[in-house]
Amino acid sequence: MKAITFRVSFALCLALALLSTFGCGSAATGPGQFQVTTTPAPNVQSVTVNSGPSSVLGPGSGYVDGAFTSVTVCAPGSTTNCQTIDGILVDTGSSGLRILSSALTIALPQQTDSSSNPIAECAAFADGITWGPVQTADVKIAGEQASSLPIQVIGSPNFPTIPADCASQGAPEDDLASLGANGLLGMGPSIQDCGADCATAGSLSLGAYFSCPSSGCVDTTEGLAQQVQNPVAAFTADNNGVILELPAVSGEEGSVTGTLIFGIGTETNNGLGSATVFGTDSLGNFTTIFQSTQYPSFLDSGSNAIYFLDATTTGIPVCTDISFLYCPVSAQKINVTNDGTNGANGPVTFTVANADLLLSNPASAAINGLAGPNSLGGFDFGLPFFFGRNVYTAFDGKGTSGGTGPYLAY
Amino acid sequence: MKLKFLFVLSIAILVLALAHRAGASLGGDLSSVRDDQMKLQGTVRMTSNNAYNVHEIRASNGIVVREYVSLSGNVFGVAWQGHSHPDLRQVLGANYDQFAKAVQAQRAQRHGHGPLLIEQPGLVVQMGGHMRALAGKAYLPQNLPAGVGAEVIR
Repeated sequence: MKAITFRVSFALCLALALLSTFGCGSAATGPGQFQVTTTPAPNVQSVTVNSGPSSVLGPGSGYVDGAFTSVTVCAPGSTTNCQTIDGILVDTGSSGLRILSSALTIALPQQTDSSSNPIAECAAFADGITWGPVQTADVKIAGEQASSLPIQVIGSPNFPTIPADCASQGAPEDDLASLGANGLLGMGPSIQDCGADCATAGSLSLGAYFSCPSSGCVDTTEGLAQQVQNPVAAFTADNNGVILELPAVSGEEGSVTGTLIFGIGTETNNGLGSATVFGTDSLGNFTTIFQSTQYPSFLDSGSNAIYFLDATTTGIPVCTDISFLYCPVSAQKINVTNDGTNGANGPVTFTVANADLLLSNPASAAINGLAGPNSLGGFDFGLPFFFGRNVYTAFDGKGTSGGTGPYLAY
Repeated sequence: MKLKFLFVLSIAILVLALAHRAGASLGGDLSSVRDDQMKLQGTVRMTSNNAYNVHEIRASNGIVVREYVSLSGNVFGVAWQGHSHPDLRQVLGANYDQFAKAVQAQRAQRHGHGPLLIEQPGLVVQMGGHMRALAGKAYLPQNLPAGVGAEVIR
C-alpha cells in the first residue's frame, strides 16, 4: 500500500509540476482541485533533540542532548491493538527496543521458555540496568515493520523483584526519572543484545536472561532468535543499517529536528554518498588517536556528551560541582583522528565548552560542546558528535553498498 | 618475590562451581581472590612485580576480571571488561552503601546517560562502555601500594 501511495503521489506531483508552478514539498491545491500531499518515504522517521518526556517531572528533570522519536507497537498480527509511544531515546550504543511499563497501555504476549515459565531480562548499561519481562510485538516505525519482535518491558509491576544477580550489576533505570525516556530504540551495530554468550548452554551465565517461575527468577540461556534485538535489523526491508541525520548546533537550542533513515544503499535516499566507511570490531569499537596515542572508541547517540580520557590527559579541568563533565575556562577545540579497522582514517574536531555555563539555561536541550571525562580511557562519542553529521551504522553481518557490516560511516 | 622483572604464571583451572560473576572485595585478603578463581570457570594468569600481584581471570563467558593485590595480600583494586558488570556488592564490600548513595546523588545531577564516575573519599568507581562491551574499575586510593598509581588498574 505504501509503495502504491508513493507512486500515485509522485505521479500527481509530476503532473502538477508540468501543469503549474506548484511545488511538491507541501500540500498544494492545483488546477482541477486535486489535493496533493507528498507521502514521506517509508524509511524516513523524524527525531527531535529536546528535553524529552522526563521534563514533565519538574525543573531540571529534562534530558540534555538526547534524540527522541516515536514507535508503534501492536500485539503480533493485530492492526487494532496498537499504541504509538513517543519520547523513545534513539540509541546507537545498544540493541533492542525497551519500553517503560508505565508508558505501555496495551497488553503484549509474554515470552516463555520450554517449561512455560516467563522470560525476563537484565540489560546492563554503563550507568545502570534495566529489568523486566521479554514480550513480543509487531514494531512499526515510519513505513517499516518488524513482526513478532522480542522487546523488553522495563519496570513491570508483574516482575517487581529484581534478582540479586541483576541488582548487583548496577542501579535500576526503571522509571521515567531514572531512564529519562519512555523507552530506548537500540540500533547499534550488534543484532542481539547479548549474542552467542547468552545462547550457549554450559558456559557461565551472564546474569542477563532469567526464567521466572512463581518460585523466583533464575539465570537461563536464551536463543539468538528469542533475545531482545535490534528492531531495524528485523524490518522486512531497509534492514541492513540506519542513518541518524542531525543538523549542526552552534551553542545551544531548545529543540532541533533531524531524521532517521532506515537501510544503507537500499533506496534512493540512503546511499553512502561521500561518507567515509570506518570498519569496527563486531561490537562497533574502533580506534581514536589523540596526541599520537591510540585509544579505544565508539559512537553512541545514547550518551549525552562526548566522554573522553581524563583531566590529566587532556589538561581540561572537570567542573567543581559536577565531576563527570569538563569545565574549561573557555571553549577548546579538540583534534583527534578516527581510525577504522579497515584502515580508513579521518580527522575529527569537536568543541569542549564549560558545562556549568552550557547547563545554566534550563531551556536548552540541544547543546554543542558538552563533554566529560571517561576515566576508563578512550572515547565515547555521544550525541554532540552527531550534530551536523549523517552517521551511518551498518549492522553486524549485513551486506550494504559499502561492504558487510559492522561499520560506521559519516 | 623481589624479582625486578615481570614473570607470568599461567594455570588452567577446572572447577564445577555454577556461580558466575567475580568480585574479590576491595580491602579484602587473598582468600576473596581465591573464591573468585573457584567461581569463575576459566584461565587464571598471575602477573607479579615488585609492588603488587595481578590475578587475571578469563571466564568462559568472555568476562575478564583483574584483581590487584598488594604484596601484603590486600586487594586494592579490581578491573573488569565484558558483557556485564561484576557483582558490585561483592567487589565493593563494605563500601557498597557509600557507592549506591553516590550513584543516586550523581543521577540527580545528570541530564542523560553516560559513563559513571564516582569519586568519594576513600573510594573510586568508574564504569563505562556500551552494551556487550562494558568495562569498569574500582579502587581504594588510600590502599594503593607506595609508588603505585591508580592508572595501573585497568
